[in-house]
Amino acid sequence: MVTAKWLLCGLGLVALSAMLGLTGCEKKEGGGASAGGERPAPKAAAPRGQTPVGEGNTYDTGSGPIKVGHFGSLTGPQATFGQSTSQGLRLAIEEFNAAGGLNGRQVALVEYDTKGDAREAGLVVTRLVNSDKVSAVLGEVASSLSLAGAPVAQQAGVPMVSPSSTNPRVTEVGDMIFRVCFIDPFQGQVCATFAKERGISTVAILYDQSQAYSAGLATEFERAFVKLGGTISGKQTYNEGDQDFTAQLTAIRSGNPGMIFIPGYYTDVANIAIQARKLGVTVPLLGGDGWDSSKLAEIGGTAVEGSFYSNHYTVDDPSPVIQDFIRKYRAKFGQVPDGLAALGYDAARLLFEAMARARSLHGGHLRDAIAATREFHGVTGTISINDKRDAVKPAVIVEMKGGQPRYVATVNPE
Amino acid sequence: MSPVSKLDEQAALVMPDRGRAALNALVTGLACIAAALLVHFVVGSMVGPFVTRIMLDAGVMIILAVSLNIVNGFTGQFSIGHAGFMAVGAYVAAGITYYSSLALFGSYQAQTGLISVGSLIFAASALVGGLAAAGAGWVVGLPSLRLRGDYLAIVTLGFGEIVRVLLQQSNPQLFSWDETRAASLKELVPPPLGGAQGFQSIPTYTSLFWVALFVAITLVFCFRLKRSSEGRAMLSIREDEIAAQAMGVNITNLKVRAFMFASFFAGVGGALYAHQLGTALRPTDAGFARSFEILIAVVLGGLGSISGAALAAVLLTVASALMIELGPWRMVLYALALILIMIFRPGGLFGVKEAWEVFGGLWRRKAVAR
Repeated sequence: MVTAKWLLCGLGLVALSAMLGLTGCEKKEGGGASAGGERPAPKAAAPRGQTPVGEGNTYDTGSGPIKVGHFGSLTGPQATFGQSTSQGLRLAIEEFNAAGGLNGRQVALVEYDTKGDAREAGLVVTRLVNSDKVSAVLGEVASSLSLAGAPVAQQAGVPMVSPSSTNPRVTEVGDMIFRVCFIDPFQGQVCATFAKERGISTVAILYDQSQAYSAGLATEFERAFVKLGGTISGKQTYNEGDQDFTAQLTAIRSGNPGMIFIPGYYTDVANIAIQARKLGVTVPLLGGDGWDSSKLAEIGGTAVEGSFYSNHYTVDDPSPVIQDFIRKYRAKFGQVPDGLAALGYDAARLLFEAMARARSLHGGHLRDAIAATREFHGVTGTISINDKRDAVKPAVIVEMKGGQPRYVATVNPE
Repeated sequence: MSPVSKLDEQAALVMPDRGRAALNALVTGLACIAAALLVHFVVGSMVGPFVTRIMLDAGVMIILAVSLNIVNGFTGQFSIGHAGFMAVGAYVAAGITYYSSLALFGSYQAQTGLISVGSLIFAASALVGGLAAAGAGWVVGLPSLRLRGDYLAIVTLGFGEIVRVLLQQSNPQLFSWDETRAASLKELVPPPLGGAQGFQSIPTYTSLFWVALFVAITLVFCFRLKRSSEGRAMLSIREDEIAAQAMGVNITNLKVRAFMFASFFAGVGGALYAHQLGTALRPTDAGFARSFEILIAVVLGGLGSISGAALAAVLLTVASALMIELGPWRMVLYALALILIMIFRPGGLFGVKEAWEVFGGLWRRKAVAR
């Protein structure tokens, strides 16, 4: 039976993805010290008898927990992103509640999985803003998923803060949509400026054409680098899941670039680095925040030594805010926070800070408060929200040294 | 009596039939529109946005599953590239409405009102998307005629992947009409459909009315197809290809036609999906995962059963939406449910029969026992 065979194969796939999701789930629960009170069941937390204020969908009367929604990829190919973000914002919520919450009101998190699927993202945001009636929505990591969820939040008049969607289009959806990370053009510019300042005039680009993030960053880097007077000696592409990069690297080698810009994710980058060194390509590699993972050095080993990437923050920054965050995160989850965890933490804290300033938790008031955020001291730098609802903040450049990312420079926005 | 008047007599016998057929089609069409209006205004006013959203998703899923049933269920072929056809329709339709909205209205915001210029453009673009998908179905159908079973499955799988990669190669999306007018040829070929970044800000015209209308049309078409001589010929291919050929059934022609019918509705379903609020088109929509979701609905409903495919599509969508709160466990339960259904009802919910045939049978058996 043909059908049975294919169906079995498909069920296997579904089961596999389910297992992947479960391992992530278990990890999260094992790391989380306090369960129970932190995340009440969405239904149980629904405060009865409250009346909506104004036209928005938010509730804003006296008591009961303040509901904040999060939609993220807790399963699927980018599960680590959603899970890191989730842990970051859980830490922020726990701290906020421990410090007394908002005038005594606690914050309750309502969190749904998007499975890394745009349709699912739209569905769960619809649920968050209409059925759960959250005061604000946090999420997503992937820009395309934020772009699916944002119009729903915008239409319902509920503010949404994306922790780490770098595509400029996300906040252009409407006046309810904010972000706390820098945008692709800025990151591309940071990398281009850095390469130029290092005296490099020729750079080759190798990017993942199946990833929106990678393709976008490659375009922005090229634009910025050419503007600074540099030349792009070659532009090569690969696809998610590729294992062999020899052809692309050989082509790049013939162009003799001073640096190779690889705006991909850490697993591919590590493989590319190993194969590049084998081919005798010794120039430093340069990349973006997609490199940010301890796996980079684990897989890449010595091949990634001496390479640079731009990031939201760095673990070896001695600033007390950052060290304090790392200590607390480690105590709670047993791991070093990556950039996405830090951004999730900042997104939640920025939201709470705005809630404290807002006239009420009504969508319009909360939006005005978030928009008025200036010089917010987050883990990932000092954040101001500009008139495009984007975060104006610095980026850091780190260098891989001895298997650890080491701080090299901070690049401030103009 | 002269032979001429005999012919006249025959013509006179045929003509009323034609008239009745036309009347029949008109009545059916009006009934579809009435049902869609009923769903939109009566049911739509009773439920909240979240339930509406689930209904829209379920409707699109019904269209996709019921149309795939034409190939996999009626004709007995095996396609696992249905999402590829869906993506063709979705991108074509979205491209038309998005860029024409920029040109005509200066913004990608959907016009308000159930029937507006924008929504008519949307309806037309959905049909064009369907036709484009049908064209793709023809292209895939032709060379793969000699293939059966696993081999055909691989061809359709390959088609989905080709669509995905082609969409990744499309140019970045343009965000204003001025930008589009000023664009060079290099920016317009391949078409600016967003590439890997996805195609966003598509005007949101998909409402309960349009989904219900297209669901009704799809269902009516499939039921009538199944009862027509063409449909019966398709069923004969499923049962025994060689015997069907020996009986004079044009196998080649019918297989291609089945592919084209299925692709057309997949394209329309894709167009409805693309114009929903809270969605973004991505090249991965054409990939294997989505195709499999549709295939599961068809197999679960029972290959060949239209009502089975439709019911399974609704069940899967609703179950998945109700299990949101379970987080990652949702996938486990979902897979478990599928395994259990396949163990206890290996032929699908209704097998090759329709729902009323199954329940009608039960009724009769009970009556006999009594």
